[in-house]
Amino acid sequence: MVEEFNPSTPIYLQLAHRIFRQIIRNELNPGDKLPSVRDMAVQSGVNPNTVQRTYRELEGMEIVETRRGQGTFVSENETVLNNMREHLKEEHISQFVRDMKEMGYTVNEMLDGLKQYVEKQSKDGDDRD
Amino acid sequence: MVMIVIKLENVSKRYLTNTALKDINLEIKTGHIIGLVGSNGSGKSTTLKLMSGLVRPSKGKVLINGKKADRKICTEVAYLSELDTYYSFYTCEQTIYFYASQFKDFNVEKAFSILSFMKLDPKQKVKNLSKGNRGRLKIVLTLAREVPYILMDEPLSGLDPMVRQSIVKGLISFIDLEKQTLLITTHEIKEVEPLFDTVIAIKDGQILDVQTVEAIRYEQNLSIVEWLTKRYE
Repeated sequence: MVEEFNPSTPIYLQLAHRIFRQIIRNELNPGDKLPSVRDMAVQSGVNPNTVQRTYRELEGMEIVETRRGQGTFVSENETVLNNMREHLKEEHISQFVRDMKEMGYTVNEMLDGLKQYVEKQSKDGDDRD
Repeated sequence: MVMIVIKLENVSKRYLTNTALKDINLEIKTGHIIGLVGSNGSGKSTTLKLMSGLVRPSKGKVLINGKKADRKICTEVAYLSELDTYYSFYTCEQTIYFYASQFKDFNVEKAFSILSFMKLDPKQKVKNLSKGNRGRLKIVLTLAREVPYILMDEPLSGLDPMVRQSIVKGLISFIDLEKQTLLITTHEIKEVEPLFDTVIAIKDGQILDVQTVEAIRYEQNLSIVEWLTKRYE
């Protein structure tokens, strides 16, 4: 299946975020091999040069490493991966807080709202199980 | 190493009194998948035909790897025409062998692997193929040529989204960007956008702009369609 891309952000970044999420969800584990540039390009229907760029950026962030002649692997450095996890969390929270503030919600309203929402979700989840 | 391999210098093309291209300057680098986009009659097909040596410029120079593009340039350029020009009494397999007999650089083995990737039956006659499968066969025949430059004129037009998607995947799977450059004209920009790394916008026989797709997205927060619409205003 070719996945949809958001039209206004660079594709290489969207691909990188997909890989982040796969690592966080443990679909990709430390030391796992990523698909080759070509396989990744075919899977996601994007230009191989774009995949190359994604891998290069991830390599720059030390989230993956390229071993000559073997391919690209998820880093085994837990600190880097944990940092990335924290960073993504902060990024999403800051986006949420910014949006809420823009609409005029107070900090307490946000916290209460979030708490209530999470409690309701987990209760609904329990009902289903 | 990035080299400029296709070069158009002050190229104009007139068909009798109609001007198709006006004083175009264009440089194309190796190892890219490039989209040539613009409205009908803007000069996209003429540009490809000039690069494949099928028409001659009225003014200016078209250089492929330093060589003037004339009829002999077909040893380095593969051109997929908008039109269907195949022998309808041949089967897919026979068409492949016919192509192999015409082009020295034609890789039969590769042709058969693309054929099976595209899920085409080698024994089926060309005249019995659906429009979608004819579109796929054209891709097979063009991609199986081991030439540095592959030019495709509207390879996706009139095909349904599933066929278009299979063609896009076929292109990515079988193009070798270390050695090859792919230039495509298309109207189905939205669907193939992730395939391109560079787009050339053309309007009324003139180049409006050449941009990398990521720059359009990153610097202007636009998709190619939005960008093109804006440039056309």
